[in-house]
Amino acid sequence: MNSVIDLQLWQMIAAYVFVLVLMLITKLKGIPREKEILIASVRMTIQLILTGYILVYLFNAPSPLYTILILVIMEIFSVYNIIKRTKTAISPKLKQIIAFSMIVGTVSCLLYFLLVVIHISPWYDPQYFIPVAGMLIGNSMTGISLGINRLVDGMQKQKYLVEGALMLGATPRMAAKEIVDDAFDSAILPTINSMVGMGIVFLPGMMTGQILSGISPITAIEYQIAVMLGILGSVTLTVILFVQLGYKTFFNEHQQLKI
Amino acid sequence: MFSLNNVRFKNILDIKHLKVPSNKVTCIVGESGSGKSTLLRLLNNLISCDSGEISFNDRPLSTINSVELRRTIVTLSQQPVIFPGTVKDNLLIGLKFAEKPLVDEEKLRQILRMVSLSKELYEDSDKLSGGEKQRLALARVILLDPEVFLLDEPSSALDEETERIIVEMLVAYTKDTNKTLIMVTHSKKVAKDYSDNIIEINQGKVVNYTGDQV
Repeated sequence: MNSVIDLQLWQMIAAYVFVLVLMLITKLKGIPREKEILIASVRMTIQLILTGYILVYLFNAPSPLYTILILVIMEIFSVYNIIKRTKTAISPKLKQIIAFSMIVGTVSCLLYFLLVVIHISPWYDPQYFIPVAGMLIGNSMTGISLGINRLVDGMQKQKYLVEGALMLGATPRMAAKEIVDDAFDSAILPTINSMVGMGIVFLPGMMTGQILSGISPITAIEYQIAVMLGILGSVTLTVILFVQLGYKTFFNEHQQLKI
Repeated sequence: MFSLNNVRFKNILDIKHLKVPSNKVTCIVGESGSGKSTLLRLLNNLISCDSGEISFNDRPLSTINSVELRRTIVTLSQQPVIFPGTVKDNLLIGLKFAEKPLVDEEKLRQILRMVSLSKELYEDSDKLSGGEKQRLALARVILLDPEVFLLDEPSSALDEETERIIVEMLVAYTKDTNKTLIMVTHSKKVAKDYSDNIIEINQGKVVNYTGDQV
């Protein structure tokens, strides 16, 4: 195995040429996105540098308290991000369901993955706990974000069909079924699609990172397969919880549509 | 059957006292925006009144399971609700929602004949005209065989002749099967010619009641 090339400062700076080229192209083409590109690049850099230092500190002094603290911060950030990214106003009850689904869905899959699949010891080993938690939470966050927009949009745009079904004697579950199924599909399809293209169309980020850092591709692939299945489980469980509880917030106790 | 006492809904309806008898044809008439459709939605518990009480067979609606109620009292909205799919899909979806046994195609064709809709079962329902959609939605409600029909202008998109045929069929069917028909209509002539009772609503209030005193 070749030794890892440690990137020098000038090499890191050279990578920013991509940003400069992109900004130049958007400027020449009159696409008003330079500001967003610059902010995203700066944010990414600062966030990753800070994360790097925090991870070094945590890895050197593993502590269950810090590991849990990081998990809590990730969960809070993801729930906040989902709510912020939702295009329409959502009810406080739906916000609670987002938080509940994220926490129950991701934590149960995370614990199963770490304790049963990888079998880490101690259970809070930050080297495994934190990156895996990040991947499960990040992907579940994207799933719920897609699902919530489709659910809210569907309930509003197809209100007359839902009410039409209620008039014919449907339960709220039956009346909202098409919309709930559609929201579920749209939430998990990106994960399914990425699994289908994986290894052929692209090499996933985690695996690429491991290979670049000198780990055998076979080991990297083993981890990637396990993590991908963990992500699938977490996204699916989180989204199922969300859509199955979420649609109920559009009805009251008299099975009347609230919107 | 239905009994309303001091029922208020926003500033749309204000009904002091109203009784609607069972096994009769009752028409609700009034200007547009007078609260007729709101009254139907209240009776079916699609919305709840702000104050007062509505009872069905001496039981307050608030104590009846809404889904069970809506399977007993089926509403047809003024704008027909057509689900994506064929004519057959649209007929059967009502039975599926109400968790009733499905019927064969011969029965479906018979129902289509009842509402004078000469369409094939496998035709795309999206391609039907407004009047055809209205009759398809009506056929679906008849297929459900409920105790009470709540129909909101079931013939508004039909020409005069078809309207007469449909209303006559509905009235005859209601009488033959001993059911209750409550129908909102814009036509005072239809109300006068076919109903046992007429409730006239103006600006959310019952201004006239003709027929059986219950």
